[in-house]
Amino acid sequence: MSNLLARYADAIFWLARYVERAEDVARILDVNETFSRDSRGDQNWRSVLQIYADLPRFHETHEEATADAVIHFYTLDASNPTSIVADIAQARSNARMLRPLISTEMWTQLNIFHNRLRQMSPRDVSEPRLSRFCEFVKQGCQAHTGITEGTFYRDEGWHFYRLGRAIERADQTTRLLDVKYHLLLPSVEHVGSPLDVSQWNALLRSAAAYHAFRRLHPSDMTPANVVGFLILHRAFPRSIAANVDAIETNIAQMRDRYELAGGSAALERIRGVRRSLDSETSSNIIRQGLHEYLDALQQELIAVSHELGTAFFGHAPLRTAA
Amino acid sequence: MANETAVPGRIPGLEDGLLSTYDSGDAYDEFLGLRSRVSANTAAILERINGMDLETLRERARDAELDLYNFGITFTVQTEKDHIDRILPFDVIPRIITAHDWNRIERGVRQREAAVNAFLWDIYHEQHILNDGTLPRDLILGNENYRPEMEGLDVAHGTYVHINGTDLVRGGDGHFRVLEDNCRNPSGVSYVVENRHLMLRGFPDLINALPVRPVSNYGQRLREALGEIAPAGVDDPVVVVLSPGTYNSAYFEHIFLAREMGVPLVEGRDLLVEDEHVYMKTIRGLQRVDVIYRRINDDFLDPEAFNPHSMLGVRGLMRCYRNGTVALANAVGTGVADDKAVYAYMPRIIRYYTGEEPIIPNVETNICREREGLHYTLDHLSELVVKPVNEAGGKGITIGPHASAEELEACRQRLLEAPHAYISQPMVNISVCPTLTEEGIQPRRVDLRPFAVTGRDTWVLPGGLSRVALRRGSMIVNSSQGGGSKDTWILE
Repeated sequence: MSNLLARYADAIFWLARYVERAEDVARILDVNETFSRDSRGDQNWRSVLQIYADLPRFHETHEEATADAVIHFYTLDASNPTSIVADIAQARSNARMLRPLISTEMWTQLNIFHNRLRQMSPRDVSEPRLSRFCEFVKQGCQAHTGITEGTFYRDEGWHFYRLGRAIERADQTTRLLDVKYHLLLPSVEHVGSPLDVSQWNALLRSAAAYHAFRRLHPSDMTPANVVGFLILHRAFPRSIAANVDAIETNIAQMRDRYELAGGSAALERIRGVRRSLDSETSSNIIRQGLHEYLDALQQELIAVSHELGTAFFGHAPLRTAA
Repeated sequence: MANETAVPGRIPGLEDGLLSTYDSGDAYDEFLGLRSRVSANTAAILERINGMDLETLRERARDAELDLYNFGITFTVQTEKDHIDRILPFDVIPRIITAHDWNRIERGVRQREAAVNAFLWDIYHEQHILNDGTLPRDLILGNENYRPEMEGLDVAHGTYVHINGTDLVRGGDGHFRVLEDNCRNPSGVSYVVENRHLMLRGFPDLINALPVRPVSNYGQRLREALGEIAPAGVDDPVVVVLSPGTYNSAYFEHIFLAREMGVPLVEGRDLLVEDEHVYMKTIRGLQRVDVIYRRINDDFLDPEAFNPHSMLGVRGLMRCYRNGTVALANAVGTGVADDKAVYAYMPRIIRYYTGEEPIIPNVETNICREREGLHYTLDHLSELVVKPVNEAGGKGITIGPHASAEELEACRQRLLEAPHAYISQPMVNISVCPTLTEEGIQPRRVDLRPFAVTGRDTWVLPGGLSRVALRRGSMIVNSSQGGGSKDTWILE
């Protein structure tokens, strides 16, 4: 029996990340499109470039961050590696490489999804249609997730897949929250205004969190509540705490079940993040500065990825197996 | 008595349907055979096709084509700014081979496989066939595919060619002949299996209840054969398929092979040599690899032993192979057996090692490196097919009867400049098979590539790749020249 190839583990980890990323970019574009209907219009699109730290790269090829330009940049621009079409192309390319490992259905769905995306025109992502486009992308990504859940063989590969998805999802939730930061903090006087409330609403909806949030907080739409829900609330599957838990559980389970020697550094690192979340409160996060807090979380997630690469993906020299 | 009044080339008894105007002319027809005796099964298939209407057939053909794209049964073509997925065109009308014909093909393929392995063992050991003058010494030792690195190396079971694909054509007399041997990395078996899947999905009514032999266990048989050649003392060998990578045009097939065998598809960068063993990089560290089905040519296999600039291979692999710590399929140095110049000597090689006459003869071949062959070729240029010995994919071929005066003259010049680089053969009136075309169902030329798998023994896949020349009148079935493929039904 052969062990899982290091390159395959890397590819499956990133397959999950690319699909999750495409879904989350669609969510961020969708919520931003809603925000952009306010008086500041185009300025809002600039914030998407900020949260993905893409401003310098964007300006290499574009003068102004107009709605059309930013939308194209993140949807159909295949030359931009962070666009949805590039994410899905990468996912498809990884899936093709992984065909000896994954189910035929996983491959076929991604291949068809990618082909449909490639055939789309600028008209399909124009502002009036953007929301439909985002819906299409989300459904394609969710179909992938469902097929994977239902057909992918459970071994180390499955754990790497889930690790990729959880790390990416946690990272993307930090960025989604950051959209709000970039839009609102420069104008604190808006806090609690009707516009403010409707924006928090939209933010929750884009994370598919609105109804779950309402069950927990039937009447209070305070920033602290929303931040607490999306960062600390473990029962919500897109919250940072839920995904940090998933990362920790997956690494621990995998090491235990498959008797893997590597991965202790990644496990220690994510345990540290989990412990700090355990004792955190939303008001404390806001007091420290939401943006700074999210930034630090992103750095930790990058560090965990790096440790996984060293331990399992052949990013560092390997030794002969026992 | 329909046969007595039938028009030659037309199909008796199918006057009212889709095939009523089908006419295969003077070529041998794969469905009709010698027309007087169409088997009951073939007649049933013909009747089913005849009963379909053209629009339904075209619609199902489009569905099958869409399936090919969706399932990713494609090869990638690089352009300047993009990559394009192409499919090998699939013709929905199957090619039928009767049990009687198949029996002969199977025996012929086995015989050839046995002869080729005995030949390779001999030339890499005692060289009897050269020493007694049966083959010219320089033809073999001066051949660029001869690998001195293989001299004295004892391969398991004497098998060099673990996967063999022999290209056959059928002439106007209804007899199969070998057109070409493929002893290095014969490709196409994935299409044999995938074409069957397409037919089962798209045409359940056509194949229903017919005794068609299954092809789906190819991967299992291949995995067994590869297990049989593992280094001594290895009970549960780690087998891998080694691919040049995703940009190779046969990458789909590499995926297919790995999937069907349930083994990893690795690239050179996944492997390394330490302490005279080959290892692959896994999540648990380095793991020993015992058998490599490599889809990389000899040249690129090991920069230490062959092309020093190869980025695809594994440094030190050849050392491990020579030390017997890893097995390769196919063996290194098999290219000397499927060389077009050596092909001409295959009948002699078969007689030499098996003591038998070839069960499937060669197409008669003139060797232009020999004075007699060159003169005959130059004197009969307009009747002959002239082929370069070092090209594949139908490249560089001059078909005398179809060539213009200028083309013939250019060919003559090339022959005079480098006679050793060419062979010539008479034009074979290659057999035809009913094929769905723009103009309805028309006869188109087909060849056949059966696949033999050999570990300890030889197994022949009961099927094969039928390539079809989709252009009217074309004799060249290669995919690079507008060829497609058909499902091939071997009847019980």
